[in-house]
Amino acid sequence: MSATPLDTVYAFETPEGVDLGLRTAGPVPRALAWLIDGVIRYAVLAGLSLAIARLAGFGVGLFLVMLFLMEWLYPVYFEVSRGATPGKRVLGLLVVHDNGTPVGVPASLIRNLLRVVDFFPALYATGLACVLINRRFKRLGDLAAGTLVIYADRAQQAAALPIVDPRPLPAGVSTDEQRALLDFAERSGTLASARVEELAELLTGEHGTRAVQRAHSYANWLARGR
Amino acid sequence: MKQEQFVQGRRPAWELLRRLLDQLEKPSRRREAAPLEQLPELYRQVCADYALARHRSYSSALVDELHGLTLRGHRQLYRRKSLWWWRAVRFVRSEFPRTLRRNARLFWLASALFYLPAVVMGGLCYHDGDFIYTVMSSKQVSRMEYMYDPANSKLGRSQARESSTDVQMFGYYVWNNIGIGFRTFASGIVFGLGPLLLLLFNGVTIGSVAGHLTQLGFLGTFWPFVAGHSAFELTAICISGTAGLMLARALLAPGRRSRAEALRAEAHEAVKLVMGAALMLLVAACIEAFWSGDGAIAPPVKFAAAALLWLAVILYLSLAGRDQDGA
Repeated sequence: MSATPLDTVYAFETPEGVDLGLRTAGPVPRALAWLIDGVIRYAVLAGLSLAIARLAGFGVGLFLVMLFLMEWLYPVYFEVSRGATPGKRVLGLLVVHDNGTPVGVPASLIRNLLRVVDFFPALYATGLACVLINRRFKRLGDLAAGTLVIYADRAQQAAALPIVDPRPLPAGVSTDEQRALLDFAERSGTLASARVEELAELLTGEHGTRAVQRAHSYANWLARGR
Repeated sequence: MKQEQFVQGRRPAWELLRRLLDQLEKPSRRREAAPLEQLPELYRQVCADYALARHRSYSSALVDELHGLTLRGHRQLYRRKSLWWWRAVRFVRSEFPRTLRRNARLFWLASALFYLPAVVMGGLCYHDGDFIYTVMSSKQVSRMEYMYDPANSKLGRSQARESSTDVQMFGYYVWNNIGIGFRTFASGIVFGLGPLLLLLFNGVTIGSVAGHLTQLGFLGTFWPFVAGHSAFELTAICISGTAGLMLARALLAPGRRSRAEALRAEAHEAVKLVMGAALMLLVAACIEAFWSGDGAIAPPVKFAAAALLWLAVILYLSLAGRDQDGA
């Protein structure tokens, strides 16, 4: 457990002294989010150009201002007001400061203005190289702004334990093993019964449904006591 | 304590926090009344519960649930929400000019990179009518000569854009000029190469054009057109360059900080200059589209207005917010 797990979880400590983990997002979901945003932006601009086609010079001026806003400030607006652009939200991503707090105007502006450098020379080549080198998947804009792109996952409420008669654990079971037993019992409702038996046999050394029964009774002893 | 007792005792508080967070995560207009004043206390209780659950090796699902709740609470409690319009007023009134004055040395460097080549090229092109062809193609030169030909009714517009309305030109200036300002800043992360080249290039181009047209005798068209918006536009170009050079400074001379740390700090300082420069370019776009291009206004009026605008920009950048400089 003490070894660093091969994972993208980035832990930081809050002022309350507890460690929180953020799951940083890699290049593939971010590229997909960028594509979705691109489609949205293109659609809005195309719609606008149709709507104002009859306004001649005034319409062109309006279109160019819109083009400017879409090109530079679209991500800033959505990141500051909603936490992420619509494309990122579709993929369940969120932009936050390094300390996990929601991103503000200065940081969002920095990371989105530096997009032009990350994009260079084409299709985010610089940004991709930077993301692949960096442990937290930061492109240049994220490095300068001090931001992270993370998964905005919502933990589900823990599943209820199958209630059986508790049975005291044999001596010498480590805390990690105790925890594995608890996790097994809580998750057994979501697994196929054959798989449940297989895992329970590994945990208890018994066979078939007896093994499942035994594992559950240990878990009940751990969670509920006698 | 066993996990089940713990969950039974603490679950009501968790549910209360969850309901508060559900409300807080909605946009404010769809929010229902909720006892928000309880948020800090509930959040800190859940922090403690989360730490306990981890320490006592309760099940992963429970720890994950509490982790998610703590994370959401942290996000809401440490969110910075303030009156954005008040911060905007404070930014224009003092923060932007003060930030520029704190980085005055880089601003003078950026200005030198821009104005020195402009003056040198201006002088050379003024003395020799053919010298401009060393930096511009004959096609570009003839297009530019056409724009300021006194025989032309619409000033400062190429043949293709002659029939453009003022609003159209405004849109073009916003999209093009502010975009250039943003690129000047961003490309500074390439060790300052971007701002260096963009400032030199713009200085050379603007200086050559000014020298060449003066030598041609287009005095009554070129200078009245550019004078009006020059104060805001040229100064904003130099300020964007300053912001870009600040990124370069973080990478080339980080001082006692690590380069990553210096880059973060300088970028947050520089972005204020970028925002200020963008606002100045917006003002310049208004002037250029609706005032500079108007041939009906007599040149002396335009020169007087330009002098006032230069004075206003200089006074604003050097004096605004000085009362807070010592603070």
